[in-house]
Amino acid sequence: MNQPPVSSTTPETPSSGGAVFLAWAFVGIPLLWGVSQTFIKALDLFK
Amino acid sequence: MAEASLLDRSRTVAGPGYNRWLIPPAALAIHLAIGQAYAFSVFKKPLGALISGDPAAPAAADWTPTQLGIIFSIAIVLLGLSAAIFGKWLERVGPRKAMLASALCFSGGFFIAALGVHLHNLWIVYFGYGVVGGIGLGIGYISPVSTLIKWFPDRRGVATGMAIMGFGGGAMIASPLSVALMDYFKTSGTGTLGVAATFLTLGVIYLLFMQFGVWTIRVPADDWAPAGYVPSTQQNALITNNNVSADNALKTPQFWLLWVVLLTNVTAGIGVLETASPLVQESFSDAAMGAGRGVTAAAAAGFVGLLSLFNLLGRFFWSSASDKLGRKVTYAIYFGLGIVLYALIPTLGHNVQLALYVVVACVIISMYGGGFATIPAYLSDLFGKYQVGAIHGRLLTAWSTAGILGPLIVNFLHESRKAEGYTGAAAYQTVFYAMAGLLVVGLLANFAVTAVNAKYNEKGPVDAEPGGH
Repeated sequence: MNQPPVSSTTPETPSSGGAVFLAWAFVGIPLLWGVSQTFIKALDLFK
Repeated sequence: MAEASLLDRSRTVAGPGYNRWLIPPAALAIHLAIGQAYAFSVFKKPLGALISGDPAAPAAADWTPTQLGIIFSIAIVLLGLSAAIFGKWLERVGPRKAMLASALCFSGGFFIAALGVHLHNLWIVYFGYGVVGGIGLGIGYISPVSTLIKWFPDRRGVATGMAIMGFGGGAMIASPLSVALMDYFKTSGTGTLGVAATFLTLGVIYLLFMQFGVWTIRVPADDWAPAGYVPSTQQNALITNNNVSADNALKTPQFWLLWVVLLTNVTAGIGVLETASPLVQESFSDAAMGAGRGVTAAAAAGFVGLLSLFNLLGRFFWSSASDKLGRKVTYAIYFGLGIVLYALIPTLGHNVQLALYVVVACVIISMYGGGFATIPAYLSDLFGKYQVGAIHGRLLTAWSTAGILGPLIVNFLHESRKAEGYTGAAAYQTVFYAMAGLLVVGLLANFAVTAVNAKYNEKGPVDAEPGGH
């Protein structure tokens, strides 16, 4: 393995918070769009 | 030794400080894409009218609904088979190479199917979307599972629930997207009712979208653990700190008991999903509800949409809850509560209690989705993290079996009741009682699950990259 051993208590760095936000937005926006479309369709049941 | 390529497992080991919350979006990028499979039905009408050009009036030479139904069936069977066959390869090469293979197969399936549509050759569509695309489904479905479990040993259910929730959500994106693309290409005059151009476009979109997962995914270093995480000290006999290989897992009764658990849960859920639209329309027709008050086709589509939402939510909710409740208890709830609710459905239909009927169906479907999402964590608890992706892949043959068995049982029982003269909700009565009976089998199988015999454990520390050094 090329990487040096990593301590078993390595903390998660808060510095990558922006990357995490962008990553979740990348998958979350299409998912929310799909869910909203389905929800709108589901409302027909209650009309 | 030649320098490892960017795709090799050794090049995907995360460095210090890598944020593990980047892994679920990487997994979701794959599952949201391949979840498109559940939206394939939007292509059935246009594909069945490529010659006539009018979905309302297919020509004699057009493909029939039965012929078109085989496309999805092939894809689901190949999903199970490829997950079973390629699971050990995945564990060896790591998630990045597997995700890329999945992306190439899944999008490649669309490209080949587009050619089949253009040439009006159904065999090419079978091969493209069914076989090649189906292999992409299988590899993609299991590709992030063991990686997620390694990153989230403290929240296995939450982690796998998030990814597998994506498979449910993928259809919600693909369905309106596909309809919009077909409308656009149809009016652009590209022929084939816009289907071939839509297949090509979806292939490109999914190929690019899945790259996010391919290049974001990382595996943790062998000795990495979340801050403050202390492995279980065997308070729960069903959570092991040992490891069982995929080959040895097949020799254990626990694997086959969970195979039955998944089979029965999925078969019963398919019973509702398969019949959801006609079921609610026939059970709550004008005859039952009063003139002009029956459930219309549009409202039935809304019912199907609502079930999809609960299928999605159940994957995350139940799988996350299983981290607290324990997997065995969670499945006992799926089956115990499921038996009561399935048995209740015919009565609610008979008594024309629509609101309660909808609530019960939504809870049932949430547990159907939950069953899919909780199984990887159950496997990890019993067999360890070592080859859980491969073991999960082999277990998914139960899904393929349920995909064939479920519709067969439902259609046979429903047709039999109709032949006896029953109509409306009564025509579905035996379907739901049979499904409740299946859940009894699942409950017993789950009840019989115990800790795996230590003789199946790997001796000594396991290699995270078997054969890779």
